[in-house]
Amino acid sequence: MAKQIDDETMENVCILAKLSLTEEEKEKAKADMQKMLDYVDKLDELDTSGVEPMSHIFEDENVFREDVVTNGDNREAMLANAPKKKEGQYQVPKTIG
Amino acid sequence: MELESMTALELAKKIKQRQVSVLDGVKSVFARIEKREDRVHAYLDTYRKEAYTRARQVEKGIADGTYTGPLAGVPIAVKDNICIKGKTTTCASRILENFVPQYNAEVVDRLEKAGMIVIGKTNMDEFAMGSTTETSAFGVTRNPWDPGHVPGGSSGGSCAAVAAEEAFLALGSDTGGSIRQPSSFCGVTGLKPTYGTVSRYGLVAYASSLDQIGPIGKNTADCAALLEVIAGHDPKDSTSIKREDLDFSASMTGKIVGMKFGVPTEYLAAGLNPEVKDAFMEALKILTQMGAIVEFFSMKTTEYMIPAYYIIASAEASSNLERFDGVKYGYRATDYEGLHDMYRRTRTQGFGEEVKRRIMLGSFVLSSGYYDAYYLKALRTKALIKREFDQAFEKYDVILAPAAPYTAPELGKSLQDPLAMYLGDIYTVAVNLCGLPGISVPCGKDESGLPIGIQMIGDCFQEKKILRAAGAFEKGRGDFGTAKMGGDRG
Repeated sequence: MAKQIDDETMENVCILAKLSLTEEEKEKAKADMQKMLDYVDKLDELDTSGVEPMSHIFEDENVFREDVVTNGDNREAMLANAPKKKEGQYQVPKTIG
Repeated sequence: MELESMTALELAKKIKQRQVSVLDGVKSVFARIEKREDRVHAYLDTYRKEAYTRARQVEKGIADGTYTGPLAGVPIAVKDNICIKGKTTTCASRILENFVPQYNAEVVDRLEKAGMIVIGKTNMDEFAMGSTTETSAFGVTRNPWDPGHVPGGSSGGSCAAVAAEEAFLALGSDTGGSIRQPSSFCGVTGLKPTYGTVSRYGLVAYASSLDQIGPIGKNTADCAALLEVIAGHDPKDSTSIKREDLDFSASMTGKIVGMKFGVPTEYLAAGLNPEVKDAFMEALKILTQMGAIVEFFSMKTTEYMIPAYYIIASAEASSNLERFDGVKYGYRATDYEGLHDMYRRTRTQGFGEEVKRRIMLGSFVLSSGYYDAYYLKALRTKALIKREFDQAFEKYDVILAPAAPYTAPELGKSLQDPLAMYLGDIYTVAVNLCGLPGISVPCGKDESGLPIGIQMIGDCFQEKKILRAAGAFEKGRGDFGTAKMGGDRG
């Protein structure tokens, strides 16, 4: 039996996902997620004891390079798509009172 | 034959022999776009003026020896999740409606170096999340074989453009079947390369451990030629692999005598449409007649592939899509109170329903208390799936599967039941989980004339085997035909 998604869990998911849903949307999202979790519960049938989680299919190998700067000053390019900018910086709402 | 009906390699050859100018080729696709695009809507944007200018440059470049490759002068369409400097790249999402990349994706640089001409950006499911191209925020794309049906997805625009001959070639991206399934639905050929073969630099990420860019074309030879253009190590993508064996076209000898093909019996079980099954079995017969050995075997992890895939893909999506917060690029909500409210409103207004659904699922499976039960469990399952494929490739050169359990659904029928739509990815997702190369080649049509594709899957780095098999199969199959759209304008 899959985990039952209650309102509190849904609230937490919305905080993590940074989404604000209306009550109606929340109910639908809850039902959708419940259906999906009931389905993926199928994995419980599979014995995975002793199996290491595989995050990367090829052997993990770090990719190193010399610590030298290869890019120039891209400030203008980086700010080109900013919804709001000021004095060469991203502008965001006031966060500290 | 009309120019736009040629394959990419045929066009490039005519250009090289100076029988056709580069501009003629470009003009022919724009003429076709003019005739058909109002009924197909494969493109989100086209660049006629720039393409004409670029055609003249390429013409010179071919004459002076700058461009010597087999696809020089060929017009190509690019999926709208691949960045082109100065060109809006939306991922078919409101949140990126006005996003103009300041750099080219590595693949786009490679297209330019090969003397190819980008003619436009193609429609897709929003952030590549969907199987029908209906989750696009900018309208649906229609299947050129029957405009009442979807083209598949998420690279539906790219596949429809090639099928309608509105492009000679296209780039797509494949996270769980997004090249192979729409290729099957649109009667074109599409290849998902081994993970790490094509640089993901400049591809807007969906699920980074699964995403690969790949070629979509009118036949296998065109796909092999385009793969040669885009494949290769790129230091800007840390998962990019140094491979030497990139002469894919040379592998297409047409010979498959003695080649061993395996078919998982579970893939033929309930859920597979009988017409698709018939076409698939017919394809097996062709391969056997050509001297290949076809055997059936059991793939016991089959029923766990979709659950594992959707947990992993959603988890990675929730993490990758955190970056869309209204600060650095894209849409920002207009009314908000403080920073966090801005994030939430921006994302809630900017993302479509399917994207939100996957972000929420991903956030849940990664959250404290559920991470082990869902995310790690899925990664353990992935290890078992990979193990089973490894064992299969000890016996077989190529694994065969349908590309999808059914032909292209009617427009408007798929999104009501997301889970049912996800189940349609049964034959494609394991290829991404295991990093394998896979190609979809047209193999038949259903009663109403909609295309059916056969998928050929190779072990990691064995693109040459699947290309050899696919090229030979095409010969055995014979001409597949093209979408005939009555009532072309003009």
